[in-house]
Amino acid sequence: MKFDAPAGKNLFDNARIVGKSTRRIDGPLKVTGAAPYAYERHDVVPNQAYGWIVGAGIAKGRITAMDTSDAEAAPGVIAVLAAPKMQPVGSSNFNYAPLFGGSEVTHYHQAIACVVAETFEEARAAAAMIRTRYDRAEGNFDLEANKDAAPMSGEPKTRGDFDSAFASAPVTLDETYHTPGESHSMMEPHSTIASWQGDQLTLWTSNQMIDWAKNALASILGIEAANIRVDSPYLGGGFGGKLFVRADAVVAALAAKEAGRPVKIMLQRPLVANNTTHRQATIQRIRLGAQQDGKITAIAHENWSYNVPSGGSGETATAQTPVLYAGDNRYVAEYCAELDLPEGNAMRAPGEAPGHLALEVAIDELAEKLGMDPIALREVNEPGKTVPGQPQKEFSERNLVRCIKEGAQRFGWSARNAKPGLVRDGRYLVGMGMAAGFRGSPTMKSGARVKLAANGHITVETDMTDIGTGSYTIIAQTAAETMGVPLDHVTVELGDSLYPVSAGSGGQWGAASSTAGVYAACVALRRKIGEALGFDGDAATFADGNIVAGDATHALTDAGAMSAEDTIEFGKFQQDYSIGTYAAHFCEVAVDAYTGETHVRRMLSVCDSGRILNPLSARSQVIGAMVMSVGMALSEELAVDPRFGLFVNHDLAGYEVPVHADIQEQEVVFLDTLDPAVSPLKAKGVGELGICGPGAAIANAIYNATGIRVREYPLTLDKYLDRLPALV
Amino acid sequence: MKAFTYERAKSPAEAAAAVAGREGAKFIAGGTNLLDLMKLEIEAPTHLVDVQDLALDQIEETSDGGLRIGALVSNTALAAHPKVRKDYAVLTRAIVAGASGQLRNKATTAGNLLQRTRCPYFYDPNLPCNKRVPNSGCAAAEGFSRQLAVVGTSDKCIATYPGDMAIAMRVLDAVVETVTPDGKTRTIPMAEFHRLPGDKPWLDNTLGKGELIVSVRLPAPVGGQHFYQKVRDRRSYAFALVSVAAILNDDGTGRVAFGGVAHKPWRVEAAEALLPQGAGAVVAKAFEGASPTEHNKYKITLAERTLAGVIAEARS
Amino acid sequence: MPSIPTPPITRRGVLVAGAASAAVTTVPAAAQGPAKAPKSTPVPVKLSVNGKEVELELDTRTTLLDTLREHLKLTGTKKGCDHGQCGACTVMVNGTRVNSCLSLAVMHQGDEVTTIEGLGSADDMHPMQEAFVKHDGYQCGYCTPGQICSAVAVLKEIEAGVPSHVTDDLTGPMPMTRAEMTERMSGNICRCGAYSNIFDAMAEVGGAKA
Ligand SMILES: Cc1cc2nc3c(=O)[nH]c(=O)nc-3n(C[C@H](O)[C@H](O)[C@H](O)COP(=O)(O)OP(=O)(O)OC[C@H]3O[C@@H](n4cnc5c(N)ncnc54)[C@H](O)[C@@H]3O)c2cc1C
Ligand code: SF4
Ligand code: FES
Ligand code: FES
Repeated sequence: MKFDAPAGKNLFDNARIVGKSTRRIDGPLKVTGAAPYAYERHDVVPNQAYGWIVGAGIAKGRITAMDTSDAEAAPGVIAVLAAPKMQPVGSSNFNYAPLFGGSEVTHYHQAIACVVAETFEEARAAAAMIRTRYDRAEGNFDLEANKDAAPMSGEPKTRGDFDSAFASAPVTLDETYHTPGESHSMMEPHSTIASWQGDQLTLWTSNQMIDWAKNALASILGIEAANIRVDSPYLGGGFGGKLFVRADAVVAALAAKEAGRPVKIMLQRPLVANNTTHRQATIQRIRLGAQQDGKITAIAHENWSYNVPSGGSGETATAQTPVLYAGDNRYVAEYCAELDLPEGNAMRAPGEAPGHLALEVAIDELAEKLGMDPIALREVNEPGKTVPGQPQKEFSERNLVRCIKEGAQRFGWSARNAKPGLVRDGRYLVGMGMAAGFRGSPTMKSGARVKLAANGHITVETDMTDIGTGSYTIIAQTAAETMGVPLDHVTVELGDSLYPVSAGSGGQWGAASSTAGVYAACVALRRKIGEALGFDGDAATFADGNIVAGDATHALTDAGAMSAEDTIEFGKFQQDYSIGTYAAHFCEVAVDAYTGETHVRRMLSVCDSGRILNPLSARSQVIGAMVMSVGMALSEELAVDPRFGLFVNHDLAGYEVPVHADIQEQEVVFLDTLDPAVSPLKAKGVGELGICGPGAAIANAIYNATGIRVREYPLTLDKYLDRLPALV
Repeated sequence: MKAFTYERAKSPAEAAAAVAGREGAKFIAGGTNLLDLMKLEIEAPTHLVDVQDLALDQIEETSDGGLRIGALVSNTALAAHPKVRKDYAVLTRAIVAGASGQLRNKATTAGNLLQRTRCPYFYDPNLPCNKRVPNSGCAAAEGFSRQLAVVGTSDKCIATYPGDMAIAMRVLDAVVETVTPDGKTRTIPMAEFHRLPGDKPWLDNTLGKGELIVSVRLPAPVGGQHFYQKVRDRRSYAFALVSVAAILNDDGTGRVAFGGVAHKPWRVEAAEALLPQGAGAVVAKAFEGASPTEHNKYKITLAERTLAGVIAEARS
Repeated sequence: MPSIPTPPITRRGVLVAGAASAAVTTVPAAAQGPAKAPKSTPVPVKLSVNGKEVELELDTRTTLLDTLREHLKLTGTKKGCDHGQCGACTVMVNGTRVNSCLSLAVMHQGDEVTTIEGLGSADDMHPMQEAFVKHDGYQCGYCTPGQICSAVAVLKEIEAGVPSHVTDDLTGPMPMTRAEMTERMSGNICRCGAYSNIFDAMAEVGGAKA
C-alpha cells in the first residue's frame, strides 16, 4: 500500500478497538515469567554451550601477546577464541567500533576473546585465566580538551543574520550547558544464542531491528543474508542500545562455528557500558536574543559531541532547535570530535533528549531576564503554521500551546512563585518548573502478513519487535479493527526474520509505521476475501466476525483459510510537512536546604501525538521516559577517566538510574488530536517524546526552588551545595 | 570465579580452625559481598566455610542491660528487633538506610561489618589498585574519586568503608566478639575494628586469619534522640556520599559518627564534645587534617550541613 | 595530562615505559594464585522449588539463580546484573525475598524456594500478577518477575511491621503508604520506568492509603 496523501476519513475514525485502553495481550506471559527472552531459550536447539566474553583491559593500543593455554586446558573448555589470532570481522552500515578480531584495541572492554565451555561457571573461570599483554597507546578521551579541534558536521543551519540580530537584541543570553555520557542500561544485557546448520546461521537474540541485524551480520560475518535467521520475540529493553548488532551476537556466531555446537552468550553487566554503545556527552552553547516583549529575534545553538575515529555522528543536541520556537535569525551547528571512547550511538531520542536539557533551560533563563512567565514566553514565540524560516514547510499538526495551557491548568502552575528560593516546606525548598518538548515522528516502510484460519482466527506475522512498547497489543488491535474480529481472535507473531520486514523499533517510528503496515496487509486480505466471495473488499464492512457487502452478509469463516501480505510505503509528500510530536512537561521538586538532595514530588506531561492507539501502554511509555528523565537530570553519568579512557562506573551500582523511591506522582495527558499526514491510523509515536523536556523541567524547578542555576548535568548536590542558603 | 570446595562448619571453633588451617579458605555468611567479588575474581578463595549452621542468629540481652547480637543475625532481623527499635534506633535507622530489602534479608551482622570498599577501581581488575593488588598503585587518587574518602586516607589508598550499620555501631560503642583459631575469644571495640589504609591498604580490618566474629555487643542504652541521616545521589539503594549517625541529648551534648568519609566509621570524641557549639565546630574538628581530592572536597561541607540538619531536627 | 598510575605488574608482566606508550599486562588480581584450577567436583543439592522436591548435582559455584534458570529451566527468574544491583533475580527462600544471584545453591540445602512460576500461571494468575496486567506495571517485562516477587513480599513485610528507611515511628503501627511501598521496592530496578504503575498495582492488592 502506498500512503501518498494525507489520510481521509477511514475505519479508524469509528474505531471500537484501536484507541481504546487495552491490557497487553502478552501481559500474562510477562507477569508469570513465561515470555522467552534470548538467553533462556533452552527449547530452540539442543546442546547449547556457554560463552564468556573477555573485554580489553586498555582503551587504545595493541595486544602484543595473548596466552590462552591455561584457559584451553581448564575443565570443561570446548573452545577459546582469541581475537589476535583471528581476522577482524567485517563492518556494517550500522557499526563503527570494531566488533571482534585482530590485535588492535580501539575502546575499553572491546571483546578480545571468548571462552566456550560446558557450563557457565567453567566458561567464566577459564576466561579469567587468559593473560593478555598490551602496548598501550595514548588516546583522546576528554571532550572538553578536544572541543576546539572538533570539525563541524555538515553545514550550519542558518536563517537571516544571527550575528547582527543578537548584537542588537535588547535582552540576550549566552550560556553553555554540559550533558554527560549516559548508558542505556536496559535490564536485559545483550544476549544471543547462535547455532549453525551447515552454512545456515540462526541467532536467537535481543535486537530491536531484525532486518538491520540480519543484513549487518551478513556483512560483518561475510555470509549471505539469506542464510541468516534472526529471532527476537521478546527484548528486555533496548532504548536504542539494541538497534545494532553487538559483540554478543557476532562472537556467539563465531564461537558456535568454532565449537561446532550452539553457543549462548550474555554480556556480563560490568561490560555493558564500555563494550556496547552509549549516549555521548555534549557541550552546548546557546545564545538567545529577544525584544522586551519576549519575541525571540536571534537563536544560536552550537553543540559539541564526539564519536569514534572510525565514524558515526555526535549526539546531535540541536535537533529540536530549528522547529521549537519562532525567530527569524538563526545559527545552528553541530561539531563532532574524534575520541577513543566506546562508540556512541542512538539512545532514546538521540539529540533531542540532551538538547532539551539545554534549550529548555535557556528559555527559562531568558524568561527570567525578561521578567516573563516561561509559559507566556513560549506562547509569544510559537511559530505560525510553518516551520520558522521555511515558509513552504507546514506543521502537519502542532498543538504545543494547547499542551502548555492544559498542563499549566492541571498542574496548578499559577501557584508557582516566580521569584526563586522563597517557598519553604519544613527543611525543603520547593519549586516548580516546566519545559516544552518536541520530537520528530518519522515513518518507515513496514510490512506484515495476515493469515485467516478456517475458524476465523487471525494471525499477524511481522518482524516488528516489542521492546516494551506494546507492539503486540497495538498490532492485534489494528488487525482486529480492520478484520472486524474481537481482540482475542488475533494472534501476533513478532521478531522473526522469517516474517515480512517491518519498520522495527527505533526513532519513535515503530508504532505508527508497523500498525500501518499491518493495516495494509489486512486490506490486502480483505480484498482477497472479497475476490473469493465476490465483493469489493474495500467497500465492505468487516465487523463482529461478519462481512456486510452491499446487501449481502457473509461470515468471515465463509472465506476459508487464506493469507495476504503487504507493505506500507510512505510517500514523498510527507517531506512537505514537519511531522512532529509535542509536549509540555511540568514538575515540582523539593530540595533539602541542608543537604541539597532533590526529591521530585510530582510530574505531569501533556502530549500531542496524534491518535493514541492504546492509551494504557502509551501512557506507560511516557511515564517510563519521565523516569529516565529523572535519571538524566539528577543522577546518571558515565564517568570518564581520561587517563585510562573508560567509563569507570560500569555497573548498576556505580551508574545510578532512578529507583522506585525516586518516583512519586506521575500524570500523563494525551490531547485528543489526529495527524492525517502520518499514516492511515493518524497516529504518531510517544516513547521518545516523553524524554524530551522533563529533565529540563526538573532543572527549572530546582532553580525555582533554590535560585541556583547549575548548567552541568547531572544536577548532583556537590555542584551547588556551597550555594545553598547559609546554615543558621 | 575459581573453583572451590565447600563445607558447613558445626561450631565456631571448628569454623575458625577450618579457615586458619587452609590456604585460601574463607568464611561465607550471606554471601552478598563475597560472591559479588568472587565473580570478578577480586576474591578467589579455594575453600569456603559456610557458617550458617553456627546458631549465631540470636539477639540476647546482656547482664548489664545491653544486647549481644549474633554474627549471623540478618540485617532485617536486627533492624526489626523491638529493643533495637526502641533503645538503639540509630542502629535500626542505619541498617534500613543500606542496600535493599532483599539484600538485608541475606546480609548478616558480621558480613556487613566486613563488606569491602565500593571504590570503582577496586572493582575493575584491569586497573591499578593497592587494595586489590598490593603495591600496584592507586588509580583513584587522581581519578574519579567523588565517592571516596576525605579523611584518614594515605597516598596508597583513599577508599571508604561503605557500610551503614557500622557507623551506628560506632556511636553506640559496640564491641566485636570473636573466636580465634586456637579456640580463644577476643573482643575488639568498634573503634579499632576497621583499619585506615596507611601503607597496607589491602588489610581492611584487625581480624586475624581464621578469626571468626561470633557476636557484636552493645552496651546498655544511652538514651537521647537517635538519628541516622544518609545522603546519596538517589533516594534508595545507593551507597552514602556522607552519612551521619548521631545520638543527641536535650542539653545539646551527644555523640556523632560520620560514614562515607573514611575507611572506618569516623568518630572523633574531641570533635563530638563541641556539639553544643553546632555543626561547624564539630566538623572543623572532626575533619582536621583531612586531605580531600578536588572531586570529593564537597563531602566536608556536606558533613557539616547534614549534621546541622540533624541538630535542627533534634531541637524542633 | 595527568600521570598514569603504575599499572598492575604481575610475576609475568613487565613494565616498559615509552614516550607515548606503555606495555601493560592486565590480569585479574586473583590470577596471582595457582593458574591451573582444579576441576570442581559436583555436589548433591536438594531443594524444594515451588513445592516440588528437586535433587541436583551442581558445581559449588552455581548460584541459586543459575540453578533455577540453567538447570531447572525455570527461566522466569531473570538475570539483570548477576551482582545484586538490580533485583531481577528476586525469589522467595523460606518465605523471605532474596537476590538469587548472590547466593550459592549449595548454601540452600533443604530450603524452600518460590519463584514467579510458583506464584501463578498465565491461566491462573496470582492477584499481584493480575494487578500488574491491569495497571500495566511493566513494559519490556524483564524486571517484572522480580518486581512481582518483591511486591508480594513487601506487602507482607509492611503487614508484619518490618521497619523501613521511611518509617517515621519505629515503634508504632506500620502504614500501607506509597512512601513505604516505593522505598521497599527500591531494590528492584525497572529501566523501563514502570514504577508508578507498579505502585498502583500494589496499592490495589495491598490497599494503600496513598
Ligand atoms: C548492590 C548492593 C548495594 C549495597 N548497598 C549497601 C548500603 O547501602 N549500605 C550497606 O551497609 N551495605 C550495602 N551493601 C552491602 C551489603 O550490606 C553486604 O553485602 C552485606 O552486609 C554482607 O553481608 P553477608 O553476610 O552477605 O557477607 P558475606 O558476603 O557472606 O561475607 C562478607 C565477608 O565477611 C566474611 N565473614 C562473614 N561472616 C563472618 C564471620 N562470622 N566472621 C568473620 N568473617 C566473616 C566473609 O569471609 C567475607 O569476607 C550493598 C550490597 C550490594 C550488592
Ligand atoms: S582508593 Fe584504595 S581501593 Fe580505590 S583504587 Fe586506590 S587503592 Fe584501590
Ligand atoms: S541479577 Fe541479581 S540483583 Fe541483578
Ligand atoms: S519492564 Fe522493562 S525493566 Fe521493568
